[in-house]
This record gives sequence, C-alpha cells and structure tokens, in this order.
Amino acid sequence: MTNPIIKLENISFAYPGATEKILDSLSLEVYHGDRIGMMAPNGSGKTTLFHTIMGLCRPDSGTIEIFGSPVSTEQEFQAVRSRIGLMFQDADDQLFCPTVVDDVAFGPLNLGLSADEARDRAREVLATLGIADLENAITHRLSGGQKRLVALASVLAMEPSVLLLDEPTAGLDNGVKEKLVKILNHLDISYVVISHEFNFLTAITDRVFSMESGKILSDDEVRIHQHEHMHKLGNHPHKHV
Amino acid sequence: MISEALAQGDSMIHRLDPCVRVVCAFGVSFALALSEQFGVLGLYLVFALVLVALASLGAGPVLKRLKPVLLFVLMIWVILPFTHEGEPLLRLGPLTMTRPGVELCLRITIKSVSILMVFIALLATMTVATLGQALHRLRVPDKLVFLLLMTYRYIAVIQEEYQRLLRAARFRGFVPGTNLHSYRTYAYLAGMLFVRASLRAQRVHNAMLCRGFNGTFRSLDSPLSNRLNPVFMTGVSALTLVLVVTELLWK
Repeated sequence: MTNPIIKLENISFAYPGATEKILDSLSLEVYHGDRIGMMAPNGSGKTTLFHTIMGLCRPDSGTIEIFGSPVSTEQEFQAVRSRIGLMFQDADDQLFCPTVVDDVAFGPLNLGLSADEARDRAREVLATLGIADLENAITHRLSGGQKRLVALASVLAMEPSVLLLDEPTAGLDNGVKEKLVKILNHLDISYVVISHEFNFLTAITDRVFSMESGKILSDDEVRIHQHEHMHKLGNHPHKHV
Repeated sequence: MISEALAQGDSMIHRLDPCVRVVCAFGVSFALALSEQFGVLGLYLVFALVLVALASLGAGPVLKRLKPVLLFVLMIWVILPFTHEGEPLLRLGPLTMTRPGVELCLRITIKSVSILMVFIALLATMTVATLGQALHRLRVPDKLVFLLLMTYRYIAVIQEEYQRLLRAARFRGFVPGTNLHSYRTYAYLAGMLFVRASLRAQRVHNAMLCRGFNGTFRSLDSPLSNRLNPVFMTGVSALTLVLVVTELLWK
C-alpha cells in the first residue's frame, strides 16, 4: 500500500473554555482512492476534524502529516491547503465573490494562473458540473442547490488531490442530491464526506466511519446495513431510532 | 436586496467599457458641482438628460431613483428661501423670501438632480460587480474595492439573518412599540447581527485561506472592447471642457 494522503496521529483538541475535548487522541488515515463517509451526531467534532486537517484549528497535541510530510505551521499548511478541497457546510461562507466565474476562478488565480487560464479553468469546471449557464450569475441570487454546486466547482477548480465535503446535501432537494451523487461517482479523486443521510453516503462511499467521544470508530465497529422487516402500519414512512 | 434593474438594458451606454463610464461620471459631476452660472447649469441638465436618453432608461424608473434627492431638495425649498439673508423677493405674511435664497435653492436643485442623473445613466447601468472590477482596473486601492464587493455580496445574507431574528421575536409575541422593551429588543437584534456577522467573517476568511488566499487579491479583468469607448470618452471630455471654459468666461 502507498503512503497515506492524510495521516492524523493522536490528535487532541478542545475549544477554549470547553471542559471536554472535542477530538481526543484521534487517528485517521486517508489513502489515494479512498471514498470515506462520516456519520455522527451533531457536535461530535466532524467539522472540527476537517478544520484541523486544513490547519484552521490547531490541535493541542498530536501530529498531522499531509502528502507524507508533517505540517504544523501556517506556512506549511498554506503549501498543502490548495491540494485539499474543503467544501464548507454553508455555501454562503464559501462563495464570497460577486459573480460565479469570479468565485470559481479565485482559487486558480491564487495558484498563480493568469486571468485567462483561470477563466478557462473555471468555465471547464462549471461545464463539467452542468452549470455552465451560471457563469455570469450574481452569487447571492442563486438558489441553495445552485450555490452548493458552485461551491463544489470552486473547490474542484483547484484540482485538489482529496476532497473534504461537510454536509454537502444539507437542505437540498432530491434532484440536486442525485446530481451530486452522479458527479461524485464520476470524480477520480479521493474524498471524505460528512453527512447525516444513509442513502447518500451508501451511494457515494465505500466505507463509513462514525465518531464518538472524540474518536473515530471505523467500519469494524459500525456498519450501515439494511434489512427487510415487517410490522403493523409498515406501509407508512417511518424512522427507526 | 439590491435591485439592479437598470443594469439589464442593452443601450449604447450599457455596451461601453465600465472604466470609461466611471471616469466620465466622475469628471462631469466634478465640473458640474463647481459651476455657478445658471446658463451653464442649464446646459449640464440638458447634458444629463441626453445621457439618460442614450442609456434608454424610462422616465418612471429614473424618477423613482430621483425620489430621495427630490425629497431632500423639497426640504431645502421649504427652509432656505425664508432663512437666507439678502434682497427680499416676495413677502408671504410674516415670511420673506429672499432672492439669494431662491437662487441658492435653484442651484442646489439643478446640481443634485443633474449629478444623480449622470450617475443613473452611467453607473446604475452596470452591476456593482462590474463597478468593482472597473474601480480595480482604475487602480482604486484593493481594500476599498473589496469592501464594496463584500458588502454587495453579503448585504442580502445579513438582511436574511435580520429577518430571521425578527421573525423569531414576532413568533413569540413581540409587537414593536414606543417603549423600553421594544428598544431593548431591537438593541439585542442589532447586537446579535454584529455577532453573527463577525462569526461569518471568520468563516469566510477561513474559506478564503482554504483556497490559497495569501493576502493579495487577484481578479479576472474583463475590459469591454468597443469602438465607441474612445469616441464617448473624447466626446464627454470635450463637452465638459467647453462647459468649464464657458463657466470661466461667463462673467
């Protein structure tokens, strides 16, 4: 097996003023080609985990290795950040440029591409996601689903080696969800996806992890499963808790 | 929400390079603001009307945009002619209208309406996004440009958050009135809005860092090439120059 793209070892982190650690000697390895799902209750530290990988939260202890080299300073994180695509929970946080094409080209411009190259790259990505017509749209006028797709485009435009998607389906209707599933299944890229939706995760990932008291529970401990069963009123939609 | 209805047209003005329009609007209004002679001011007013016509804007939307300044001017007309010192023009009971007062009011009216019309014709006909790009290309400091663009981007989000907070208060029986409780509630709303805005600013900054932002802004520049750009620029500059010279020679 090759080296992991992302390797976290014994990471602990507590928010200032909090009594409990949100990440407690957590370890995680992501390899090339991995398609990992993460499903855990709110507040269990999934988003914090993503932010730790990106260097937005600095762990109190533990080591982070990305692409085989240890990262701990802002400079080191800056060098690797553009190769990891983090898609934020709220697309409004991510899309800050006035027009769609500006936003998608923001990353490529920061990578040092010329304005023309960046524009071409942006158009290409928008076309791949089937939203080429949004190129000159004003960002804040987009619908929730459109914003989400543009946010994904803005991340993909950096041509990252791995994607971190934080609840990509929150608040989306089924149409857009299906579109996302199709897009993700056609990407030749590793990713880790946080979601609360069984169907979505099983459609796009090979493994699903859970988090509990600051640690990751891997497949061996939890496994999403489906089984048929019957009971009274079973023809009504219902949940099992 | 910022309405940019006027930016949707496809007139001769809409097709001009935004930079040319910004420079022209700035030049004309600067010269206009410093003019005094009524004859020259009248010509500027005609000039502004011609620009509005060139942008093929309807009278309705333009008047709607002019409404705030017209209200402001009306207030001046109510006060200034009666309070300014000088030669009396008209006596209305105990009140005296003075000639310099009326002249001053007339000047303020023509100047403010004309300048606003120039801006409606030249600047309101582009989106704020385009305006930001134009200012960037005109070497306006990046920080100012991005302040404008970020405001443009997030004002709708902030408004949405405000509405959400207000709705939450209403659902719990809040009826605004003239009392301490209402004032306090609005103060809480405003405070919450600041807290949320600052948290969002933090998240947006994080998102920018994640996409390789390192402190310098780069942007896609898209100049609109149009044969009319130099023609328009020269025409407007020449006309303004003529008006400035006329103003200087009038006496």
